[in-house]
Amino acid sequence: MDSKDQDKDSLYLKLIPYFEKYGILLLLVIMIVVMHFLQPDVFLSWRNVTNVFKQISWQSMLALGVFMVIVTAGIDLSVGSIMMLSLMILAIVAKAGAPWYIVVITPLIAGFLCGLFNGLGITLLRMPHPFIMTLGTLYIFRGTGNLISGGTPISGFTDEVRYLGHGRIDLTWLGLEKSQYLPVSLVLIAIVYIIFWIFMNKTRTGKWIYAIGGNPNAARASGINVNKILVIVYSLCGFLSGIGALILAGRTDSGYPNAGLQSELDAIAACIIGGASFFGGRGTVLGVFAGVMIMGILRNGLNLMDVSSFWQQVLIGSIIVLAVYVDVLRRDFGTRK
Amino acid sequence: MSSANQLLLEAKNVTKYFGTITALENVNLKIHSGECLGVVGDNGAGKTTLMKVLSGLYKPSAGSLHFEGKEKVLESPRDSQNLGLEMVYQDLALAGNLPIGENIFLGREPTTNLGLLKFLDYKKIKELTEAHLGKLKINVKSADQKVEELSGGQRQAVAIARSTAFNAKVVIMDEPTAALAIKEVGKVLDLINSLKKTGVGVIVISHRMDDIFAVCDRVMALFQGTNFAESELSNTSRDEVIGWIMGKK
Repeated sequence: MDSKDQDKDSLYLKLIPYFEKYGILLLLVIMIVVMHFLQPDVFLSWRNVTNVFKQISWQSMLALGVFMVIVTAGIDLSVGSIMMLSLMILAIVAKAGAPWYIVVITPLIAGFLCGLFNGLGITLLRMPHPFIMTLGTLYIFRGTGNLISGGTPISGFTDEVRYLGHGRIDLTWLGLEKSQYLPVSLVLIAIVYIIFWIFMNKTRTGKWIYAIGGNPNAARASGINVNKILVIVYSLCGFLSGIGALILAGRTDSGYPNAGLQSELDAIAACIIGGASFFGGRGTVLGVFAGVMIMGILRNGLNLMDVSSFWQQVLIGSIIVLAVYVDVLRRDFGTRK
Repeated sequence: MSSANQLLLEAKNVTKYFGTITALENVNLKIHSGECLGVVGDNGAGKTTLMKVLSGLYKPSAGSLHFEGKEKVLESPRDSQNLGLEMVYQDLALAGNLPIGENIFLGREPTTNLGLLKFLDYKKIKELTEAHLGKLKINVKSADQKVEELSGGQRQAVAIARSTAFNAKVVIMDEPTAALAIKEVGKVLDLINSLKKTGVGVIVISHRMDDIFAVCDRVMALFQGTNFAESELSNTSRDEVIGWIMGKK
């Protein structure tokens, strides 16, 4: 091999880690550019951009929770049902006339407890795979939500309760127009994602979550209490679903039986598109965010272009397969020595 | 008795049942500082089970473990680590998705604490890793390299580095050269010899007579879960040890 080839090779090798980390962002940027050319007047307008963020707000919470679970090489199929149950509990507590600060906190506690139930079930009952436990609770939580609400929608919450999902941060003091506001849910997404980025990358528990996904035996042999970490992960996942419920309550002003139906699949899809590995130990918070955005922009863009929702399903499915195939190619490329 | 050959670890009459299977029966083992003990035996003789008992992964059904003369009950690998007892597993027990340094300190990471949250001290991990790898003369491109990118020999070296990062007194190695290319075996054996010089007691489980006769001072054979034979290395021969493995004296 001559020196020119070597230079080229070492440049490739230097670029690979960046591809691994930021490749998915590249895809996101490409999508934004393409959408902008297809819908130049509308797509990047203030109204539409904030709309996209409002639409992905609660999904982004579910996806983040499922992401942590996937990093441990697990799966949580129950996040949609956790969100629905938390939402129904919120609605019932709100209708019972509880003060807003109690109402706001109930879905968070309910979600956390649902996640705790999953975590304890997986570890204490020694379920052979989290798929089974969370498939069970997918039915259990949604059934419970319907039992306590009678299967009918419960509507009408106060502004305080709706603030996170529906609130607007006025930006007229920046010289912007009244319609150019910042949705509170967008700020919430940013804050939650930054907190969980720090948690996953900077704290010891976050590192252990990655270690468990990389090699659970290594984690166990290192004296890490694997079961305890798993319970924490599933509980946090439930907690995030609870935040999702609170956002959804604000957006729709209603607790309804079909809330979050099949949204666990959207959450899983966002993680996979974002580069998380089903075998655990791989994936980034930034990647999940990109995954959620890609799905959100795709839906939004197709809606703008009046493409039928049937085509949306076909396209989202294709993107999942394509994104993972690109990942396979990238890995081949990365291991070429 | 000089500190050079002080008794570090003793297992007395260790018995382990798995259901109706007797994996170990009244097994005894001693290891002194600066000494290397080879443990041989056929598949299923109980070598790995014995090592897992010593590392706290299994609790013995009967018998006791004594560390520096005191009886100890090991509830978990953490307990044995706290005593200075480290295990290098056959399957290496490394997380391939994490860098070298984070593997070496996995479970015992230096942290900066902020209330309940423990933040990893990445700078310290890198410094300590580089210093430790340098001390053991282990060459890798960078402490930030992921373990899955390393060769078998380098992984074994990382696993050994991991076991000695916290002033280990006894290091137990399960088939340390089994998965290695021939040229890498020598490096690992050199590493074992340098550990012995620092006063660490090393227990090597191996099928390979070449390894046993290159680094061990004493060899013991397990046969069907019991002590079968034991000898100073200088008083035995390869053929005799191979005979022990097959249950012949």
